[in-house]
Amino acid sequence: MAKRSNEPFLWLLCSACGVVAALLIPIHLFLFGLAFPLGWLRAPSYDQALALARSTLGRVYLLVFCILPLFHWAHRFRYTLYDGLQIKHLNELVNTLCYGAATVGTIAAAYLIWRIP
Amino acid sequence: MLRYNEYPPKGYRVRVSTYWWIGRWAYLKFILRELSSVFVAWFVLETLLQIHALIGGPAAYADFQAFLRHPVAIASNVISLFFVLFHAVTWFNLAPKAMAIRLGGKRLPSLAIAGPNYIAWALASIVVAWLILRG
Amino acid sequence: MAEQITLEITRYSPERDKTPSVASFDVPLRKEWVVLDALNYIKDKVDGSLSFRWSCRMGVCGSCGMTVNGEPKLTCATFLTDYAPGPVLVEPLRNFPVMRDLIVEITDFLAKLAKVKPWIIRKKEMPVSEGEYLQTPDQLDAYRQFSMCINCLLCYAACPVYGLDPLFAGPAALALAQRYNMDSRDEGKNERMDILSQHDGIWGCTFVGECTQVCPKHVDPAGAIQQYKLTAAQEWVKSLILPWGGK
Repeated sequence: MAKRSNEPFLWLLCSACGVVAALLIPIHLFLFGLAFPLGWLRAPSYDQALALARSTLGRVYLLVFCILPLFHWAHRFRYTLYDGLQIKHLNELVNTLCYGAATVGTIAAAYLIWRIP
Repeated sequence: MLRYNEYPPKGYRVRVSTYWWIGRWAYLKFILRELSSVFVAWFVLETLLQIHALIGGPAAYADFQAFLRHPVAIASNVISLFFVLFHAVTWFNLAPKAMAIRLGGKRLPSLAIAGPNYIAWALASIVVAWLILRG
Repeated sequence: MAEQITLEITRYSPERDKTPSVASFDVPLRKEWVVLDALNYIKDKVDGSLSFRWSCRMGVCGSCGMTVNGEPKLTCATFLTDYAPGPVLVEPLRNFPVMRDLIVEITDFLAKLAKVKPWIIRKKEMPVSEGEYLQTPDQLDAYRQFSMCINCLLCYAACPVYGLDPLFAGPAALALAQRYNMDSRDEGKNERMDILSQHDGIWGCTFVGECTQVCPKHVDPAGAIQQYKLTAAQEWVKSLILPWGGK
């Protein structure tokens, strides 16, 4: 009998990260991508933005916000490559690229958030 | 195909085209739904760039704000917003399928599970917006 | 209503043809006729060599699945008048090798059905003297929907993952496994989990959802697979927390 796959972990990760992405990203994208640049709402000043970001809560929030959706992307994009480009046989390469990219993003996010003055 | 099953198929086989997903609207919708994750990751990148600008000081931050006002940036964010909303809506609508919760002998309707998710989404958005806008 | 409708039907004879071709037939357009009636009309009156599977002609045997105008359908449940003025393109079911005309090779599917152990597994059978296994209507309801499958293979024809990777177990097999997992009389959840919590089992599914859309019996195989994934994930977490017990 084959050992059970470890895919459940990745599926749970994708699901949890998908929920976080669904809950938080739309409002952020609306505010920072449209409302502020187009002047519909008053954007926070540099000092206000910095104050928000440098607080402990702010840093933790930004960590969660930047890291989790990347892993959601990694899992979904991996399967889209399997089905779209039919490269399931290259699964080791695809897995490394997808989860690797997410890991690189995680390190970049952690570094940047740590460097907030 | 590189892999074969135990019962090698006799008979005529059509090789599945790389563009199998264009032929049917349902398949196209599926691929678009999956590709919405790319726009999710793209906005995370935008956020990282914004944090980088924040670290750089007021001038760098102002430069980044100006960059976001560029028509190409606005257009790409409009498209991203559409896909991110598409991700959220399809996600909350599909999540109940995995949960067959039975209460009193009848299965809970999908709305009973999707509904609270939508409410949580609205609440999270309001709280985040309030925190950012109050200054 | 027009007198006739044209059917364009895939013909393929492995002895004669290298690739399938399309032949046109005109059949009477009768209000109550289904595509299967048209095929039988052609076989009886026009070309006796036309080959196709059918049996009950009322949507319970699962034999007559074919691709009609690009959609997987039971030809006994697809009315000609819905396609008037036509033409109606009738092809064999997608994602399966074609043996002849509209007949496809389904050995792979039958092997997969057997693989999921579609029977009640008990650690110890109750002796007959103790009577039947009792089941309340609510317990029956928990798996009833998944037991409605007629093995018509429309879901396999609609599933892009199965089309791309023939090793994938497929919607009907996984829904059948879930039918037994949810049966209160069954004790074989763990055995099936070992077989199916694999890349060519439940984890190959990306929830396209087309299988549920085309199912003529409303079995909802996509729902069955997602529920199974959740169960597998819960079992995985349990195995982390309680590696020695839990079974």
